[in-house]
Amino acid sequence: MSKAPAKHINFMAPRKVLGILSIALVVISIALLATRGLNLGLDFTGGTSVVVKSEQDLDLDQVRGAVAERGFSDAIVQQYGSAREVSIRVAPTEGVEADQVGGMVFEAVNAEIDNLELLKVEFVGPQVGDELRDQSGLAMLMALGLMLVYVWFRFTNKFGVATVAALLHDVIIVLGLFSLLQWHFDLTVLAAILALIGYSLNDSIVVADRIRENFRNTRETDPEKIVNDAINEMLNRTINTSVTTALVLLALFFFGGEVMRSFSEALLVGIVVGTYSSIYVVANLIFTLNVTKEDFLVVEKEEIDEMP
Amino acid sequence: MTRYPRWKFFLLLAVLLGCGLYALPNLYPDVPAIQISANDAGGQVPVPVRDRVLGALDDAGIEHGEGETINNSWMVRLESTDAQLRARERISSLLGEEYVVALNLAPTTPDWLRAVGASPMNLGLDLRGGVHFLLQVDMATVIEQRMDAWSGQAKLTLRNEGIRYRSVDIEGQKLVITLDDQIAADAARAPLRTALPEFTLDQSEERPRLTLTLNQSTLDELQDYAVDQNRTALNNRVNELGVGNAVVQRQGADRIVVQLPGVQDASQARRILGRTATLEFRLVADQYSSSRASTGIAPPGTEIFPFKSQNDRPVILEKSKIATGDQVTNAQMGFDQQSGTPQVNVELDSTGARSMQRVTSKNVGNPMSVLFIETKTVMKTVEDEDGERRQVPESTTDQYVINVATIQDTLGSRFRITGLDSPAEASELALLLRAGSLAAPVTIVEERTIGPSLGQENIEAGLKSMALGMALVLLFMVIWYKVFGLFANVALLGNLVIIVGVMSLIPGATLTLPGIAGIVLTVGMAVDANVLIYERIREELRNGRRPREAIEEGYGRAFTTILDANITTMIVAVILFSAGTGSVQGFAVTLFIGILSSMFTAIIGTRALVEMTYGRGARAPAKLSI
Repeated sequence: MSKAPAKHINFMAPRKVLGILSIALVVISIALLATRGLNLGLDFTGGTSVVVKSEQDLDLDQVRGAVAERGFSDAIVQQYGSAREVSIRVAPTEGVEADQVGGMVFEAVNAEIDNLELLKVEFVGPQVGDELRDQSGLAMLMALGLMLVYVWFRFTNKFGVATVAALLHDVIIVLGLFSLLQWHFDLTVLAAILALIGYSLNDSIVVADRIRENFRNTRETDPEKIVNDAINEMLNRTINTSVTTALVLLALFFFGGEVMRSFSEALLVGIVVGTYSSIYVVANLIFTLNVTKEDFLVVEKEEIDEMP
Repeated sequence: MTRYPRWKFFLLLAVLLGCGLYALPNLYPDVPAIQISANDAGGQVPVPVRDRVLGALDDAGIEHGEGETINNSWMVRLESTDAQLRARERISSLLGEEYVVALNLAPTTPDWLRAVGASPMNLGLDLRGGVHFLLQVDMATVIEQRMDAWSGQAKLTLRNEGIRYRSVDIEGQKLVITLDDQIAADAARAPLRTALPEFTLDQSEERPRLTLTLNQSTLDELQDYAVDQNRTALNNRVNELGVGNAVVQRQGADRIVVQLPGVQDASQARRILGRTATLEFRLVADQYSSSRASTGIAPPGTEIFPFKSQNDRPVILEKSKIATGDQVTNAQMGFDQQSGTPQVNVELDSTGARSMQRVTSKNVGNPMSVLFIETKTVMKTVEDEDGERRQVPESTTDQYVINVATIQDTLGSRFRITGLDSPAEASELALLLRAGSLAAPVTIVEERTIGPSLGQENIEAGLKSMALGMALVLLFMVIWYKVFGLFANVALLGNLVIIVGVMSLIPGATLTLPGIAGIVLTVGMAVDANVLIYERIREELRNGRRPREAIEEGYGRAFTTILDANITTMIVAVILFSAGTGSVQGFAVTLFIGILSSMFTAIIGTRALVEMTYGRGARAPAKLSI
């Protein structure tokens, strides 16, 4: 395979169309987040969630009825992984000792259905939920902020702006998709989003690094050609890294169980969007910001580090 | 071509062997066991008791190990969790209340590994099953009670000084004292300042009124004291419950985390932990008629409480307490020898005993009561400033009389409490009294129960996805990069050994399900370093470099890029660790360790393999298998 000449694709041809698409997606995502919001998990809303397992398939309506009889009529009853497992979510309820709800719900269902096994009970007080929500938002902003600082140290202004834009693009679109499909957003998804922030920036930096290197080392003057060559040179790397990461995420998605599902969903989507943005968003912005060879006339102090 | 330094080989070897050694215990899974310890402080389990236990297990047909002494307790290994449960039930009924029988896990790590301090990774509750509680200490109630006491002190001080006052009011954390005139107010300042150093006296009052504000430092001290005292009491209760490897930790200013691995009945744990039940011993104010009690208006110096076992008949009690639950040093459930009804035998400490003796000696023939006090939390809807309706927890206090008895004789440090509904209630009350009461009521603000079968399922799901994800990546690398792919794969396996070794070495590190996801994710992302290096080598080869030069260039020029890539993810891991809770922190930990170790193996590790194959000693390769 090493003998094959580098494939040469003109990535920059559809860049304008894709640029508009990116902007549109970001705008739609922001609109979705503003209107529909996220389907926040128990960690953030507070309440009680009970997961039960039976030996035979469970009838959701029967479970709903059993729970409603106990006064939890607004309970959300859903399948959990398989037809034999059901999750029941109850918002904080008036006049009930909060930490007793889990037991009451289980008893209610247990009275209706034989051989019921209690897999999991989670109760999060409203106050803790609020705190976790604030903390998580803060963590996300902090991660983005620190990335900004890092990029600022690492790059000239224009490249910095381009990589940070790609980063925001990825995070916003993934959140937008979570809003659109109303996928579950809990603490593990937050972990995935933060991991994505690291991953996406890394991807963009690698591409931007090569573009910068080529600007410096080539006699070519057409910026479009320089960028296009750089992307082509890095194409194998960009794709291979995405593929290996996607492979482990697919394994997690299919075999990691219910808890890991949203986590792997977020990262899988993030990797697709991140790979795309490291090529198009970064490159597009480099053009838009009008990067030329002159931007690199100052000799960079950075040298290749000592080899390991 | 530069010579590859020999020390790097040795470093690599040393790290791999070291981590490999400490990763080894994970191949020896813990086995279920029951742990027995005597209830009195520091008591060993005597040999006859041990023989009785082993005999009972034999009789019940439960397979068991020999039994071994660990610290102050004695542990017997069993075959399965099912046997564990049966054994516990059996043994605890055999030994009664003098011994605590706990479920625990016994390590199977060989002695030579234990000798070097190697032990398996801690597994999080999501992997081993159990209950996690987050308890909030209700400071408002504590402050309220203390303010009551302080206002009493203020009145006493003024009375002793002969200063006439109109009223002493409690307004939140302030005491407002209204006096007759300015002269009285001026006179009151100095004695109040000495008597109540916990307060700051407001100087700028014009009217004959003084305001005392509770100091922030006192407030902090009060909070620290309440939380620490609660932590100790909870710790005692957890020990009484018989849970091995339990965690009771303070979290933040006013919260306490309790983790009970392996506990299957969360409701029992919740009942015991969250209960703020305590007792007060008071005299019955029988100078007032029962019709006076039914008016509901308590005469001065008294309070009215319902008598639980007599259809909530109101009883008037003196306000002053003879003794309280926190003066109890020991409490055991027992049965009345004549009636056979359950009772709790109580021992008081010296302060309690002295007070009990003093009061009862003067009141022989008068009735004394036992008042039961419990704080509960109920959700209540309130409207906040923005007009939004939301649920807030609200504490309510249940107080009722469980027993009224005529004082027959002067009581000392030992006596018994009767009037309990059932042996279970008596046993629970004894436990609560023994473990010590909570200094402040607690509310459960978060609870996560993971059933044991789900824990096992989670472990299996985690391992399965890890194995599969890893296999896919290994396959991909070999197909795409041939021999160099193989190098990367060896490095990846070495990476896994290092992660597991380091996780086992760090005492506080806990493996959770998201933690496994973190390992899986690093496996996928770790090969990025090799992809970067190898693509660079290929490129250099295409540009006409000779193989050894290409290798040199590839490793050299990719290094900064790799560093970049990993620094971003490490920053994220640190943020996640500081912001997240429990299981998500587990993800941050494995992600962080995984990134560090993957840099090490992907750069130094593969380089060593490349050098061994294509480097010094070998003939200069004409082409590379990449």
